[in-house]
Amino acid sequence: MEPAKYVLEMIDINKEFPGVKALDNVQFRLKPGTVHALMGENGAGKSTLMKCLFGIYKKDSGTILMEGEPVDLTDPRDALDNGVAMVHQELNQVLRRNVMENVWLGRFPLKRGLVDHKKMYEGTKEIFEDLDIDVDPREMIGRLSVSQRQMVEIAKAVSYDAKILVLDEPTSSLTDEEVNHLFRILEKLCDNGVGIVYISHRIDEILRISSEVTILRDGKWVATRDSANITTDEIITLMVNRDMENRFPPKVNKPGDVLMECKGITGKYPPTCVDVSFELRKGEVLGVAGLVGSRRTELLNVLFGSMTLGEGEIILHGKPVKNSSPEQAKKNHFALITEERRSTGLFPEMNIIFNSTISNIRAYLRGFLLTDKMMAKDTAKVIDDLRVRTPNQKARIKNLSGGNQQKVIIGRWLLMEPEVLLLDEPTRGIDVGAKYEIYQLILDLAAQDKGIIMVSSEMPELLGICDRILVMSNGRLSGILERGVHFGDIEGEQETIMRLAAKYV
Amino acid sequence: MEIEKRVGNKNIGEFLINNALYFILGAILVTVVSIKPSFATLTNFINIIKQASTKGILALGCAGLIVIAGTDLSIGRVLGLSAAVTASLVQSVTYASRMYPQMTQQINLLIPLFLSIAIAVIFSLINGFGVAKLHLHAFIVSLGTQLIAYGLTCIYIEMQPSGSAQALSTFNDNFLNKAAGSFSIGNVKIPYVMIYFLICAFIMHIIWNKTKLGKDMFAVGGNPEAAKVSGVNVVKTIMLVYLVAGIYYGLAAFLEAARVQSVGANTGINYELDAISACVIGGVSFSGGVGTVIGVVIGSIILQAINYSLYFLSINAYLQYIIKGLIIIIAVAIDVRKYLEKR
Repeated sequence: MEPAKYVLEMIDINKEFPGVKALDNVQFRLKPGTVHALMGENGAGKSTLMKCLFGIYKKDSGTILMEGEPVDLTDPRDALDNGVAMVHQELNQVLRRNVMENVWLGRFPLKRGLVDHKKMYEGTKEIFEDLDIDVDPREMIGRLSVSQRQMVEIAKAVSYDAKILVLDEPTSSLTDEEVNHLFRILEKLCDNGVGIVYISHRIDEILRISSEVTILRDGKWVATRDSANITTDEIITLMVNRDMENRFPPKVNKPGDVLMECKGITGKYPPTCVDVSFELRKGEVLGVAGLVGSRRTELLNVLFGSMTLGEGEIILHGKPVKNSSPEQAKKNHFALITEERRSTGLFPEMNIIFNSTISNIRAYLRGFLLTDKMMAKDTAKVIDDLRVRTPNQKARIKNLSGGNQQKVIIGRWLLMEPEVLLLDEPTRGIDVGAKYEIYQLILDLAAQDKGIIMVSSEMPELLGICDRILVMSNGRLSGILERGVHFGDIEGEQETIMRLAAKYV
Repeated sequence: MEIEKRVGNKNIGEFLINNALYFILGAILVTVVSIKPSFATLTNFINIIKQASTKGILALGCAGLIVIAGTDLSIGRVLGLSAAVTASLVQSVTYASRMYPQMTQQINLLIPLFLSIAIAVIFSLINGFGVAKLHLHAFIVSLGTQLIAYGLTCIYIEMQPSGSAQALSTFNDNFLNKAAGSFSIGNVKIPYVMIYFLICAFIMHIIWNKTKLGKDMFAVGGNPEAAKVSGVNVVKTIMLVYLVAGIYYGLAAFLEAARVQSVGANTGINYELDAISACVIGGVSFSGGVGTVIGVVIGSIILQAINYSLYFLSINAYLQYIIKGLIIIIAVAIDVRKYLEKR
């Protein structure tokens, strides 16, 4: 018999959530031994489509064929048993258990009815050696860095020896080196005939690794093209249905006088940032670049008082300030927008009013009671100023897209009129269109004379909107780059950053 | 050099916190002995463990439920029902107002044991079904089942031929010997119940650490979504954990009937609070996914050591409550230190 042309066909898939048509007659066909990229803005239906395949969601209608045979995978167990493995966007791991238990969860090797720890350990070691991953299988998974956890998830999915491997944003926390490593693994799998579905927002990655691209928009299939015959701009146009001449808005801000001076900032509990000194000007967007583990997040947290300052001094408007707690930092007009906004910034079950006003709730007190009217007014301001797309103020924030959630969180802090804005990966996991709006917002804020420090792992966005870039390496400052001198249409700018980022590693 | 020293100090601190349970237990015993040296006898220590045993078995059962981020308010009342059924079947055949006058010969003890376990398992599975399938919070569903169990207990006890609601008592010797008796090693009397407790703890330790069920249980408790997408049958895991809990409750009820020697409508009342306290003192986290069997065992013993010591020191009964409350809070506060990260 001739082998099936497609290892997976998803035909006319429909899925409706209350109030939203998440998938509308979507088509997707995956050839064996190839990487097929699935692209689209957040909310376009990529993850939903794959969750229908993996049995997490139940499709309303449509047909799924695997190697030409119709299948109906009802739950993840079923999917795994039928040769579909998936790396989920949310790192679904049991943090308090060790690495090998997470890898073997759902299929523990047994010996005389009991779990065979030796086999588990050796099996994990073998998988890791095979994939060149340097992680101790006995380590508690919560102690690993996010990038290590992501690699463990990938290794786990690979170890199922599946016919179809789905990767949903597998590289969001990986360094370039780790991405290269992942791609070598994927190429090897392709040679063995595995079909790979690759979801990512990073277009450069997609064009490198995939042979086909399918683009979804608003739950509908838009196009399937050969990766060789499509450009970044075309992809973006198809995704957002509008031309994106520039990925970055024009720079409207002008750095002015020194706003804040940081001298020898060192966190108290290592591993943390060590002896970091720099100045921040009014109206400046100061980027912070570095590899995963370069302690950029720690720097922001120490500045904000959510991690303890060991040594060093923060001088604001020429006067030393002490941010020994976030409350105090707030009083000193600092604001921090966290990287893990879902777990540390968002109250998912609460509405937009609550999420907009919670950090500044005292301002709405009249006597012992909160005044709804003022809260509604400020919420309206957040929605208008940041162009939050929501049916109304009372919508639960978990029902908004990632970009709109991010806007509400930024809006929350803006209501307190901060002078120093600390942004940790402000565009992580949000789609291209929303990214542009966030950039615009950052630059507008800088134009209003606010000082902005922005940590990002996406080099193009740092190069695109920052005035200066601090490069951190292993907790220390390894260099400060200036627009027009070191970067900004200057050849070798990315290499300069990479070199500095690796300085103390 | 200096760095090494710092690391050394940190390790000692960590060691103290990681083993806080043992130090707390030690501190309680040392305090009591220093107040009243006559406390330091083997009999007293055996008494503590003996008294900790029945509730310890309950704690072992409900610890699994807490690991899967649940709880169980029905333990005490379910124990009461199982104990009442046990009691009615082990009454001495020479006792005139026994519940079953037609019972003229002692029945095999395995029958009441089996029934006791079966009843507890049914209730536990109802709780499990409510949690796993109906998606009720364990607090709510067990709040309901404890009332049902209590009602059934009262009805059952009132079914005595005498028509009275007096406690079921006067058990046969065989039952009392097996369930509440002891054996001697030299001069030392070892209660059987202590051995049962240790066996139960050992079996639970194996279940938690060596079986698929145990691993799945920790996964479901620690991150249900991760468990689900890894192909773990979450519903089945929850049901099995409740099943095991039911078996332990049933066994504890059987032993408790022999210990109290008289089972009335209020037998078992508030036992769930002791079982849950023992678990949390022993480091089983209410947020799920964390706990050890040895912790639960030590937790049960600590709880009983507090009771026993306060009684031994003849402290005012009302004051005992207050001291016990404080010790529970302090013990758990110290124990959670090990999970707090310094930032």
